Formats: sequence, C-alpha cells, structure tokens
Amino acid sequence: MVEFMFVAATILLLLTGLGLARMLWGPAPADRMMAAQLLGTGGGAISLLIATASGIDAIADIALTLALLAAFAAVALSLGEPGTKLPSPDDRP
Amino acid sequence: MSQLLDLFTVGAISAGLFFFLAGTVGLLRFPDTLTRLHALTKADNLGFGLIVIGLLPQSPDLRSALKLIAIWLLVQLASATSSQLIAQFARKGAPAE
Repeated sequence: MVEFMFVAATILLLLTGLGLARMLWGPAPADRMMAAQLLGTGGGAISLLIATASGIDAIADIALTLALLAAFAAVALSLGEPGTKLPSPDDRP
Repeated sequence: MSQLLDLFTVGAISAGLFFFLAGTVGLLRFPDTLTRLHALTKADNLGFGLIVIGLLPQSPDLRSALKLIAIWLLVQLASATSSQLIAQFARKGAPAE
C-alpha cells in the first residue's frame, strides 16, 4: 500500500509539472495563475499522499499551507490592475 | 476487511489520478482561457476529493482523518472562490474587440 501511494504521488508530480507548461506559454495572466492554482491543488494532494504513506503527520500541514497560498495568490491577482504588471503611480486615487 | 479497504483506496486514488490527468490535459489543450479555467477547477478538485476519500481508510487514527477532511474542505472553499476571482479577472482583462 505504501509503495502504491508513493507511485501515485510520483505520477501526480509529473502531471502537475506538465501543467506548469501553461505557466510558460501564457498567454493571459489568468492562464499563468491557473497553473499556479494547479500547483496548489496537486501539491496538496502529493503532500497528503506522502503524509499518509510515510506516517509523518506534519507533512499534511504542507498541504494546508499550499492550499492557503494558492487562495491568497488568486486574491492578489484579482486585486491587481488587469493588463499591467505593476500599477503606475498616477492610476492611484 | 482490510483487503477490501485497500482495494477501495487503490480504486479511489486511481480515479483521482485520472481526473488530475484530465485537468492537466484540459489546461494544456483547451483553446480559451475560460474553458481552461473550467477544466482545471472542476477536474482537479474532483481528483483531490477522490484522493482524500481514498486516503481516509488508511489514516491511522481519527485525528488524522478529521485533518484530511478539514484540508479537503479548505481546498474546496479556496478553489471555488479563487476560480470565481480568476474568471472575473480574465473577463475584465480581456482586450475590447
């Protein structure tokens, strides 16, 4: 059972890494953020698999952290100005 | 009983891996930003939920199982919210044609 979980985690790692190609290709900033979201979900699933397989409960906290960081990243993107990388000073109220 | 639970775990985790594969393929192959968002958010969260369900019978005590469920709930809520935010951002940021 432990071996199966590690194999599943490895396959999941490969799939998540393949999804990161979308972050490279773009084209829109939303596409790149989607790849980051995939990293959050997939990384969380990998952490949970490894936590259960190895019996180290603390690895599950990594999944919590990744899920939280992915959510914060999406919120930070939506707060930014669309189409610009940095808000210019004269746009601010 | 233990073998039955192991079989359940293998089935659920394999189904979860399949849905993660579907999500990655959709993210890479779909033509549009919103369709890619659709593929990513649905398929990946289904895969995550299936993997958590598969891991539940293998968790050593009740505390770890409850923690798995809590992480699953957090991921569901966070992903639903962030997918809405990303969709709004993609519509706002689209070039006016």
